[in-house]
Amino acid sequence: MTAQGSRRVLAEFTYEVPPVERGYTNQILYVNLSNNTITAKPVTEEMKEKFIGGRGFGLWLLWHGVKDDTKWNDPENEIVISSGPCGGITQYPGSGKSLVVTISPLTDIPIDSNVGGHFGPLLKFSGWDALEIQGKAEKDVIVVIDGQNGRVTIEEADDVPADSHLVGHWLINEMAEKEEDRYFMSVVAAGSGAEHTRIGCLNFSFYDRRRKAPRFKQAGRGGIGTVFRDKRIKALVVKSPPVRGDSNHPADPERIARAGLRLHKEIHDHDDEQNRMRKRGTPYLVQIMDDYDLLPVHNFKFGSHPDTPKINGDVWEARFSQGLPDGCWYGCTLACSHAVDHYTVRTGPYKGQKVIVDGPEYETIAGVGSNCGIFDPDAILEINFYCDTYGIDTISFGTLTAFVMECYEAGILDKEKTGGLELRFGNADAAIELLHQMARGEGFGKIAGQGVRRMKEYFVKEFGADPQFVQDIGMEAKGLEYSEYVCKESLAQQGGYGLTNKGPQHDEAWLIFMDMVSNLLPTFEDKAEALHYFPMWRTWFGLCGFCKLPWNDIVPPDNAMTDEPAKIPAHVQNYVEIFSGVTGKEVTADDLITMSERVYNFQRVFNIRLSKGLREHDAVPYRSMGPVTVEEYESRAERYDKQLRELLGLDPEKMTTEEKLAALRKYREEQYEKLIDAVYARRGWTKNGVPTLETLKRLGIDYPDVVEVVKKHL
Amino acid sequence: MNVLSFDPELCVGCHICEEVCSDTWFKTTDVERSRIRILDEGTGPLQAVFCVQCGECIDVCPTKALYRDRKGIVRLRKKLCVGCLSCVGFCPYGAMFYHPDYLEPFNCIVCGQCVKACPADALSIVEEATPAPTVTEQWETVVG
Repeated sequence: MTAQGSRRVLAEFTYEVPPVERGYTNQILYVNLSNNTITAKPVTEEMKEKFIGGRGFGLWLLWHGVKDDTKWNDPENEIVISSGPCGGITQYPGSGKSLVVTISPLTDIPIDSNVGGHFGPLLKFSGWDALEIQGKAEKDVIVVIDGQNGRVTIEEADDVPADSHLVGHWLINEMAEKEEDRYFMSVVAAGSGAEHTRIGCLNFSFYDRRRKAPRFKQAGRGGIGTVFRDKRIKALVVKSPPVRGDSNHPADPERIARAGLRLHKEIHDHDDEQNRMRKRGTPYLVQIMDDYDLLPVHNFKFGSHPDTPKINGDVWEARFSQGLPDGCWYGCTLACSHAVDHYTVRTGPYKGQKVIVDGPEYETIAGVGSNCGIFDPDAILEINFYCDTYGIDTISFGTLTAFVMECYEAGILDKEKTGGLELRFGNADAAIELLHQMARGEGFGKIAGQGVRRMKEYFVKEFGADPQFVQDIGMEAKGLEYSEYVCKESLAQQGGYGLTNKGPQHDEAWLIFMDMVSNLLPTFEDKAEALHYFPMWRTWFGLCGFCKLPWNDIVPPDNAMTDEPAKIPAHVQNYVEIFSGVTGKEVTADDLITMSERVYNFQRVFNIRLSKGLREHDAVPYRSMGPVTVEEYESRAERYDKQLRELLGLDPEKMTTEEKLAALRKYREEQYEKLIDAVYARRGWTKNGVPTLETLKRLGIDYPDVVEVVKKHL
Repeated sequence: MNVLSFDPELCVGCHICEEVCSDTWFKTTDVERSRIRILDEGTGPLQAVFCVQCGECIDVCPTKALYRDRKGIVRLRKKLCVGCLSCVGFCPYGAMFYHPDYLEPFNCIVCGQCVKACPADALSIVEEATPAPTVTEQWETVVG
């Protein structure tokens, strides 16, 4: 499949494409770019039993591939891509995800990212449960997995562009001869921004048969694209045999089909009156978040803004092309992967090109929009397009740019320090130029592209910034930038962000409504139970190849009448049916949680092995807990004064704002510590956040090397 | 375009149409494999469920397996179908059918066998205006 037969092949491996058996091919494709070796490794029964697939396989393989002191840019660091046993079924919405795992350049611990597009399922149908890439190439390369002919190659890639939208066109123009060839191909690519920053993302393609163009979904968080380019990979290409309704060879196809039909019907009947995912996708959240004072504005200072209607779901519903089946894998009728077609790029190297902008998603709108004080939909589209094609995570870009803007307005930065960029809130042109600088690896963009944690150190050292202030307002934990929700008024969500394995990303837990709006978690024990159950539940999607959205962005009309509406019991049962239907192993809803607990605790121990993962690393910036500045306090003085009165018995009338800030802070920080104690106890960890031997034994992951890591801390 | 038409006043509920349909397309007389279903809910007249060729499923299909042929009939290209059943869940009439023995769904394509077989003349084929182009069909003219 070498394009035009002209590209130099550095390594070749041929194989017999095995049939998929109950969701597994039972082999892993191992590629080492340092010595150009390609081999097949077996998937053991132990791996399937204990680690299931997807993120579980990724962590297991990474654990065995790296050393205790491996850094993100060491050759032994790996990028592992795996879908999971249910990945690739076509009958149930949201069943085509790929999970990517590597050691992150932002956090120095494993990051996992759940991404759409066709790569993971097509990789499986080409014969591989996972792709494990180790080593570093000398020159830019592509890895081509041809599942139609049973051939894997590492090829030189001087002619392959770096930026993802160009890679997409290269793929369909040079790697596919006929229109039909494009259907079952997918590419993974990063971009020039991933090369020069620590916030690189990966783009996973799928071919849009109506637009006749490649589309992309992003493995955004944690700088995986940065690792990808550090390994000098330009692109991964997979070409699979045609996908059929039974390509995943499940044990009981009818069971899966029945669950799928239930959900298709539910979405058909109720999406319009619920979240309108089919018409506007995740941007439906923008106005809701603003209404509840949860939409990040000006670096998470505030939770709403009068200009939000300029960028809310109504606006995007009008901008997105309607009526197309915008699923990122076959059969996803929730179809949230919307696009703005025929967008004319207005800046930078691709100025004047007409492009498809994939998204924007809620997180992008909130991150590069409201959080930066930018309420111009075209500016958001411009940043969205360039972030994607440069291989830059929109969430980290949004959060770090908001941080830079606050530092600018606070006088820590000025035009001289930023090389002429007036990075005030609302200055979209400056934000866009910052992005171009990241892609070029120059100017202030190069500094900002290191992420909030490293900027904080840099600003203190080079510009004399107040360490406490930048620590308070720099919205990162473990080195990862926060995703886009204001959690000041939800203690449970403060834990939902802080007590994560990979850093503050909402895909582990989103408890704000349960906690703050519905007041369903009044005690520490309630909060701890939620911070046990939901992170485990959400982890499970990533073990199997599922998307989280069809679980709770559509609910059965009678869901509110169930015992535990937040869990969406009917949908949990669907997943029980599907997992059993695919693998042939009868499971219960509780079993799903145990599967996740195993992997989750393993990941915690992995963090500890790499010198993080203890209580001190679960600390969060005060901006995530409460108001840092006088301006912030006074903007919601009524709320905070009431809390001082009712919770602390103080009289705010007799206090200065500074005194009130200090009293509130002391209270909230104590609350967070109490929350940590309760959560650790529920999770079976010590007070220092270390999984106990009993916990490891109960979960069956008390392997000698795992126990050895933990013992040092018990 | 031609579509099937049903007169509940004439239907006697013999279900011969279902048997003939199933036999025509699947070589077996099994209601679960028929592209027309006669429903008797016990109250009121009998009802028939069959594809009215509205084409809503065409826009739901992720692979362009569903299309309207030159005669206006909604048909499935099996080669392109990935068996996702989106069309089954999204048919507003419940007239795209799934059977566990087959990967692909099926609908009435107005072959007329049931009309011929109906002893009560409750079924007929009538001429109706072809609906406006689907989004998919409009998109074809945009990108060629």
